[in-house]
Amino acid sequence: MTINNTDNQTIPQDAFNDSELLRFSTAGSVDDGKSTLIGRLLFDSKSIFEDQYEAVKTVSERRGEDGVNLALLTDGLKSEREQGITIDVAYRYFSTPKRKFIIADTPGHIQYTRNMVTGASTANVSLILIDARNGVMEQTRRHAIIASLLQIPHLVVCINKMDLVDYSRDRYEEIKEEFEKFASKLDVVDVSFIPISALKGDNIVNRSKSMPWYEGPTLLYYLENVHIASDHNFIDSRFPVQHVLRPYNDDFHDYRGYAGRVAGGIFKKGDEVMLLPSGFTTRIAKIDTFDGELENAFPPQSVSILLEDDLDLSRGDMIVRPHNQPKVGQDIEVMLCWFDHERPIQIRGKYTVLHTTNEVRCLVKDVRYKLDINTLHRNQEDKVLQMNDIGRVVLRTTKPLYFDSYRTNRITGSLILIDEATNNTVAAGMII
Amino acid sequence: MDYHINHLRELESESIFVLREVAAQFENPVILFSGGKDSILMTYLAVKAFYPARVPFPLLHIDTGHNFPETIEFRDELVEKYGLKLSVGSVPEAIEAGMVTEERGLNASRNLLQTTVLLESLEKGKYDAALGGGRRDEEKARAKERFFSHRDEFGQWDPKNQRPELWNLFNGKKALGEHFRIFPISNWTELDVWQYLAIEQVPLPSLYFAHTRKVFERDGVLLADSEFIFKKTDEQVFEAEVRCRTIGDMTCTGVWRSHAKTVEEIIEEVSTTHQTERGGRTDDKRSDTAMEDRKKHGYF
Repeated sequence: MTINNTDNQTIPQDAFNDSELLRFSTAGSVDDGKSTLIGRLLFDSKSIFEDQYEAVKTVSERRGEDGVNLALLTDGLKSEREQGITIDVAYRYFSTPKRKFIIADTPGHIQYTRNMVTGASTANVSLILIDARNGVMEQTRRHAIIASLLQIPHLVVCINKMDLVDYSRDRYEEIKEEFEKFASKLDVVDVSFIPISALKGDNIVNRSKSMPWYEGPTLLYYLENVHIASDHNFIDSRFPVQHVLRPYNDDFHDYRGYAGRVAGGIFKKGDEVMLLPSGFTTRIAKIDTFDGELENAFPPQSVSILLEDDLDLSRGDMIVRPHNQPKVGQDIEVMLCWFDHERPIQIRGKYTVLHTTNEVRCLVKDVRYKLDINTLHRNQEDKVLQMNDIGRVVLRTTKPLYFDSYRTNRITGSLILIDEATNNTVAAGMII
Repeated sequence: MDYHINHLRELESESIFVLREVAAQFENPVILFSGGKDSILMTYLAVKAFYPARVPFPLLHIDTGHNFPETIEFRDELVEKYGLKLSVGSVPEAIEAGMVTEERGLNASRNLLQTTVLLESLEKGKYDAALGGGRRDEEKARAKERFFSHRDEFGQWDPKNQRPELWNLFNGKKALGEHFRIFPISNWTELDVWQYLAIEQVPLPSLYFAHTRKVFERDGVLLADSEFIFKKTDEQVFEAEVRCRTIGDMTCTGVWRSHAKTVEEIIEEVSTTHQTERGGRTDDKRSDTAMEDRKKHGYF
């Protein structure tokens, strides 16, 4: 008793073609109202379902709170709800007809820097929250530095609790100027500012009636319209081989498809390509998918590439264009964020490295400096990287990696370190 | 030329990437198949991921013995269509063997018993990775779940111990006896799933579409009447046009009043509804932290 949908097909194949996916991370001190902001976004865009809201209302009442504590919508785990803070990265989803949004809600405490880094790694936008009463704090600076290190392409600074500073334009401008001065030292290009009140709902979805002097977009308008199509690298062609498809059946007897996700550039049928590490060149015979052949493939598509010549590639190898090759080497300089709570980084320690689809081992040759992520000061005296520390490190790998700087490409420029004894992910690295 | 893909294609690409990663990193993965739309979607994505080769993972279905008959029929058709291998873990057999004890009482369900049978089946099959159709938008405790979720040798999930997941890099390393739960459709919402199933014209069990059924009301939720549910004397059975938004087995799945007979109508309903998908799941309502507690003990 199944229903075959072809009988009922009234939705065309291209019905959702204009809707993009946007990922944004949120950062702010525990008291800055970040969870309230997210709750408000979901609430005002009518994504909070009735029963979730009812459940939160009941809990708020039971706790004796005034009004509905929207922050409870994003606090999921038992101990979090008890302590009233968020411990881990929580992913929330909502959509408007224009875009689907994924929110990586991360904690504001310094001891959860690792979670912030995690949530920020795939973000298109970083939403930084400032309490208008306090202005730019150490927290703000840290979050901006992390956004810059993780190369999040767009920053939107929300100056919150404007209701508590009488919606003062002067205060807004003062904070904006202070942030801009700080941000000029960072590697950030696109920064926007919005005065809001998460609690009252000003400038989140609906324009604030209390701030007529503000002529910029509301937060939701910004999120729906910020241009993210250029966030991928369409210039440098990079295809890490993830898995080899060999059907071994009659219909596809000699089929050997190199499956993976395009990490950069544009691959076209017929293109001349070079294979790494061998250096052999050949041409693309076909770009295949379940839905048929493609004329070209670009990030972040998952495809299968077939080559004209019978060359042997395996997972970890890379397909590139002959005149635009990545750097190849075993001495890698990275900005490393240390995650491990058990042990700090070990000089001459050995770790497993995952870089694109490659797995190698490495030795930590040196820590050049620890970065003070509140001030950008480079500390060359204290070089012991412990949990949540960030520093510049030199690694020597057992086999060459094919990489780009993280600035150029977030996929071919990133890696993680794994502790071989515990199997834990102990660090995330951005190649310089 | 416009180099951009829409949100469904991006989600699809991400899921295919995760599925291929599982094939590359694990020795013996298995797909946990419940017969619900999410596991159907996941199976369909696996077919796409490995085309033109076969899906390299078998399907595992934990049969509580209380399944909707439509679910079983659909499962068998799907397995045949894509040439998949199917294993079934049976809760009734486990009850008979004395491994687990049947719940009694008003809201008795075999939902918790599934966990024991699941862990047993995983061990028996020596699977080192179990793929599930869980999504992060479904429930609070899933909002923090990873794509690659490490489980210890007891199958338990420690929320404080999950590995950070950055970029495209998934750490599937484990010690002997440990395994992973993998959630390839973590970032899909209920609406995304329906939109995708619509444009891809994927066949689905009839339960998801409006039909007339004998139901009764309990605690504000409509439950399907069946021989498996214990009814109180004041719970009257009546007929209503309903459909399932989520499919557990017959003892814990709430049904919704609906006239949606096509996927398009379902999408319209899902876009404008005010109730969550799992709002009708009595297994979630047992306590505020029902899902978290079950996951800590090895539940899906």
